[in-house]
Amino acid sequence: MAGETLLKVQGVETYYGNIRALAGVDVEVNKGEIVSLIGANGAGKSTLMMTICGSPQARSGQVIFDGEDITKLPTHLIARKRIAQSPEGRRIFPRMTVLENLQMGANLDNLKYFKEDVEKIFVLFPRLKERQSQRGGTLSGGEQQMLSIGRALMARPKLLLLDEPSLGLAPLIVKGIFEAIRKLNQEEGLTVFLVEQNAFAALKLSDRAYVMVNGKVTMSGSGKELLANPEVRAAYLEGGRH
Amino acid sequence: MASPSENTQSGLMAKAVKEGIFAGAIAFGMFLLYVGIETYQDIDNRLVWRTRWGLLAIFVLVAAVGRFLTVGFIKPHIDRRKLAKAKSGVLEISEDKGFFHKHFLKIALIALLLYPIGSVMLFGPQGSLKYVDNFGIQILIYVMLAWGLNIVVGLAGLLDLGYVAFYAVGAYSYALLSANFGLSFWILLPLAGILAAMWGIILGFPVLRLRGDYLAIVTLAFGEIIRLVLINWTDVTQGTFGISGIAKASVFGIWSFDVGSPNYFPRAMGLATSSAWYKIFLFYVILALCLVTAYVTIRLRRMPIGRAWEALREDEIACRSLGINTVATKLTAFATGAMFGGFAGSFFATRQGFVSPESFVFLESAVILAIVVLGGMGSLTGIAIAAVVMVGGTELLREMEFLKLIFGPDFTPELYRMLLFGLAMIIVMLFKPRGFVGSREPTAFLRERKAVSGSFTKEGHG
Repeated sequence: MAGETLLKVQGVETYYGNIRALAGVDVEVNKGEIVSLIGANGAGKSTLMMTICGSPQARSGQVIFDGEDITKLPTHLIARKRIAQSPEGRRIFPRMTVLENLQMGANLDNLKYFKEDVEKIFVLFPRLKERQSQRGGTLSGGEQQMLSIGRALMARPKLLLLDEPSLGLAPLIVKGIFEAIRKLNQEEGLTVFLVEQNAFAALKLSDRAYVMVNGKVTMSGSGKELLANPEVRAAYLEGGRH
Repeated sequence: MASPSENTQSGLMAKAVKEGIFAGAIAFGMFLLYVGIETYQDIDNRLVWRTRWGLLAIFVLVAAVGRFLTVGFIKPHIDRRKLAKAKSGVLEISEDKGFFHKHFLKIALIALLLYPIGSVMLFGPQGSLKYVDNFGIQILIYVMLAWGLNIVVGLAGLLDLGYVAFYAVGAYSYALLSANFGLSFWILLPLAGILAAMWGIILGFPVLRLRGDYLAIVTLAFGEIIRLVLINWTDVTQGTFGISGIAKASVFGIWSFDVGSPNYFPRAMGLATSSAWYKIFLFYVILALCLVTAYVTIRLRRMPIGRAWEALREDEIACRSLGINTVATKLTAFATGAMFGGFAGSFFATRQGFVSPESFVFLESAVILAIVVLGGMGSLTGIAIAAVVMVGGTELLREMEFLKLIFGPDFTPELYRMLLFGLAMIIVMLFKPRGFVGSREPTAFLRERKAVSGSFTKEGHG
């Protein structure tokens, strides 16, 4: 399981103005792993994800990707290192068609692999194929999430960052999306870093996981360990499986 | 069976009469001071007032009768038609368009190419001046300006209220460089575009972080700064006097349109001496410039930079997370839009033969922006239609001499052009909130083009 380290977050502190959102976070993601980060609202999960992408940038600490320090790089250059993100709230382009949305993801290679990659994504999410000439804004929430992940995959990422892919979706659709992530990981060896509130689903899917409270990582372990951990169960799971 | 429908009929009439009277009352209240009373200076230079009850009555009657007809007849008619259509089950978005609709662009292009020839044949060279110059060239200048602004506002989604600044930069670049260095139109045209593009970048840099309303205010200020510099830098620009005697464009340096010159174009072609030929030539020049603008816009939309513009309009954060350099993308949008403004400006200068800061007031920016919004942001066809309607409409107002018979001899219809603009905007925004052509034509296709469903959905929500 333990491949070489792909992403290493070391002692990262991030501020919004004077408010400290991350208080020295250490996280590691190895090649070929699915790692998830769980925690309550406002724990700083999304902030960590955005810090990896350089917006906002970390005030102290380091983000190292593939052996390279990317802490102070602007966002678009970080994206060009093949860190693709499906951001919180999906952020698809509403007036552009599904195909155009996917095209935007393929911009890095100037559409060299566009057709081949689109076919792959249509196999992974057949719904997108049906909807290919429909405008993004007219898709359902689940379809938009598929599109957001699909768009990120078009960039041929080394690391896929997913920010709350289950947000506001029906359980059945969440299951489908998590299934797709697992498939990507197993068949293509894609490394995934996942931020989730849906702790149960995330922990079941993940090789390893971190628990975040108030801008700090308080616990880490394999997905199974954390699922069995009484503290985690009490805080994030017993409230009902989302 | 008949009585309920009669009942609703009379109920409708009662409602229409009531609403008509109400509208009349509102109109009376609104126009009492503006129209009903007029101030003027008498012989002793005193400001005195008199009443214009007749004119006020016309305004009130128009409002009351208009409302009565709308409520009583037009609206029920539209509702009935909609109902019938819904019952017949024919979808409004049908693939089967008429011949005219399908070949609209080709027909429009051919009509434009034949337009000056047709007007010369109908009205003679001298009589064609009005149609070619006042209507043709005037409208095409605005089409080009609006298409240029469309790149910034419609595609990249950056609200620019100071677009006229680039128009001014283009016009003054041509005027000054041609007067001081004697360079020809065909050298200065691209140069004016480049200079305007440079100013676009200069404006772009400080406002990169701004979006929406904040950006609009800064661009508005920029437009005013350029105009004030033109007014106050009298050594170079001659201030409010403007620059006159700007050289005419030549036919690619081969023939000239100066009557005195040995290679005077109409003489070389064996035509009668008339200024109309120059205007016709200019018509084709601006038509070509418009076509270049359209072609470039269409091509760019299919290229990475054009896609990035459109994506930037939709979601800036998503753009960055996809590796798009938003700084460069915004700057190229500003520069490209400004460049076309510069082209249009240098054309304007050579057509007028005279430029002054008067031509580059904020109102011009507002008009161009209004055309873009009315036409439907991003849609070239819609914008062209909007320009024809708005600019052509205001030009038509000049022709409406017969209105003087109704409103009296002091009535100057062209003073009402802003009223027309406002009215048109309200009507379009009520019935077509996203402009004449509100749907966006997609640029990516795997196999064949399919009808895009959901063209009519609200923006930004799923």
